[in-house]
Amino acid sequence: MKSTARAFKANVDRALVDTNLQQSLAMLKVGFSERRRQAVERLPEFEALRDRARDIKNHTLAHLDYYLETFETKVKGLGGHVHWAPTAEDARDIVLRLCREAGAKTVAKSKSMITEEIALNDHLEAHGIEPVETDLGEYIIQLRNEAPSHIIAPAVHLTKDQVADTFLEHHARHGFTRRLTERNDLVAEARQILRQRFQDADVGITGANFLVAETGSSMLVTNEGNADLSNTLPRMHIVIASIEKVIPTLEDAGTLLRVLARSATGQEWSSYTTFNTGPKREGDLDGPESYHVVLLDNGRSSVLGTEMQDILRCIRCGACMNHCPVYGAIGGHAYGWVYPGPLGAVLTPQLIGVEEAGNLPNASTFCGRCESVCPVRIPLPKLMRHWREREFERHLTPSTVRQGLSLWAFFARRPTLYRLATRVANAALSLFGRAEGHYRALPLAGGWTTHRDLPAPPPGGTFMAQWKARGGASR
Amino acid sequence: MSAREQMLGAIRRSLRRGELPAVSRAVVDARLREHPVNIVPRRTEGSDADRVAQFEHWAAFHHASVARVDVAGVPGAVADYLKTNNLPARVAMAPDPDLDRYDWPSAPMLEIRRGKPVDADPVAVTGAFAGIAETGTLVFASGPDHPTSLNLLPETHVVVLREADVVGPIEDVFVRLRARYGEGRMPRTVNTVTGPSRTGDIEQQLELGAHGPRRMHILLVRD
Repeated sequence: MKSTARAFKANVDRALVDTNLQQSLAMLKVGFSERRRQAVERLPEFEALRDRARDIKNHTLAHLDYYLETFETKVKGLGGHVHWAPTAEDARDIVLRLCREAGAKTVAKSKSMITEEIALNDHLEAHGIEPVETDLGEYIIQLRNEAPSHIIAPAVHLTKDQVADTFLEHHARHGFTRRLTERNDLVAEARQILRQRFQDADVGITGANFLVAETGSSMLVTNEGNADLSNTLPRMHIVIASIEKVIPTLEDAGTLLRVLARSATGQEWSSYTTFNTGPKREGDLDGPESYHVVLLDNGRSSVLGTEMQDILRCIRCGACMNHCPVYGAIGGHAYGWVYPGPLGAVLTPQLIGVEEAGNLPNASTFCGRCESVCPVRIPLPKLMRHWREREFERHLTPSTVRQGLSLWAFFARRPTLYRLATRVANAALSLFGRAEGHYRALPLAGGWTTHRDLPAPPPGGTFMAQWKARGGASR
Repeated sequence: MSAREQMLGAIRRSLRRGELPAVSRAVVDARLREHPVNIVPRRTEGSDADRVAQFEHWAAFHHASVARVDVAGVPGAVADYLKTNNLPARVAMAPDPDLDRYDWPSAPMLEIRRGKPVDADPVAVTGAFAGIAETGTLVFASGPDHPTSLNLLPETHVVVLREADVVGPIEDVFVRLRARYGEGRMPRTVNTVTGPSRTGDIEQQLELGAHGPRRMHILLVRD
């Protein structure tokens, strides 16, 4: 996927005035986060499970080579194949080669962020193979030629009416020419069309939520059942997963699944949680004849052992974006690449470079809600701060910000001058409408006041003046 | 250098070590072999009857319907369910010998075909490897006696689950899988299914029957 992360500010300006998007985002704020809260309330062990989930992932990362080799040995023992892909390009080439070996014309795909990361669909299409997205949300945005705006709810930015228009436009060639208005009719029509596409597909491509080293199983979690149709009906099943998806045992999967479903959608358990282990066995009446797992690195091994390593614990539940005030205001597309929200703000600079994505770790209020809901306790604000520091060190920060910071540093090193200057500034602020409790416009702060009012500081002088008045440090 | 060596080498360089030293290897080998149980929610504790009641609660919570029957009542309960819901009595049934213990001819209106389903089959009837009380989840293990497509293609899935196969948490399913298939072994597919298929992809509103079954009916059988 081509990044537009560099144009983040322009993306944001568009998003804030997009009424359909704002309508959809309003639903997001009350939907996922409220359902998560209720699910957590129903399970007293939830916080302890988060700790254990974090520990399992840390243990795995410290022994990543061992668990990947163990997983590989298991898969091979079952007659499956494991392919190692250091880069996105390697992974694309492997998948294309396998599809060609299978003589594939169409491929049924189950929603996978990894395939977005490596832009697999474009690659297959360019070589004459049609990828068909089968997750309903992913199918809708494929028809609209859009990117997902959320990692678990790819079409969350769209309203029902937009979906109805999209189906009307694209389903006519399947003989469906009536514009539908009810959600269940839209779902039923997509089901009918996609059922045929499943039957026709030569290859099924899925991601994986976890790879279990103990058994060589790849695991998938869906609510629709589309991943299971993708790995059962076509004659070849290709799993593509990044290296940090491996975990040790089935018991570890049990713990991670308990926090995953609740953090993602507020469900106790996803409707379909499936363990796939190798190709069809002797006597089986269905299942793929061949089974391949592509292990993708794409920069992850270089994150190990650094201060950014914690991000490799991520299990892609989406809770951080569901609870992020910035994501809630601008949606996923503004982030400009595959992974939006706090997760994207940390991962995107790592995967495509801080030069390209330096805006993203700055798009945070550091309110900390993302960290407070993360099922594997990733310190997302801390990791964003690391990126801000690296950006500053590498002189990538905009000159206005750098000059502003230099100016502040000049005063900060001279306390008497600082106090004087802040007193003057504080007095000046009262000229711009402190009486109303907020400012509608403020010189040098247009970036803030264009879209919202700035709360005014309470009367009574600067912090230092009030501190002194209350007895200061002597109290 | 192969891609494999390149990736493993990069991981080891980042971890600032070579291959795992023998001592550490023995520790992780043991962890894999012993697969220690992590934290199991206390809600799964209780008597056999509590467990079955809990399964029923959570299955209904996830929009499955549940009926309790005895062995003799199973065929009639399937026929009644289909009739009540205005569904055709044409059934694709798993070729699972465990289902032979029910007297299907006692419900002569059922038209039964054993084997994997075709797309047009409206109803699937299968057994289940286990039921998980913690979440009301059914566990289906693939094999010659249970094609996976039966769990997915028909719009209605009727599941015959013996009360004795209702376990507390998923960890108890792992114990049973290892007992049946061997340590570290699994059938081609283990589906854990909780209620009918669903989607929230249009405006985050729940719709049932996205790709898999629209209806799931569970017959809990007293032995």
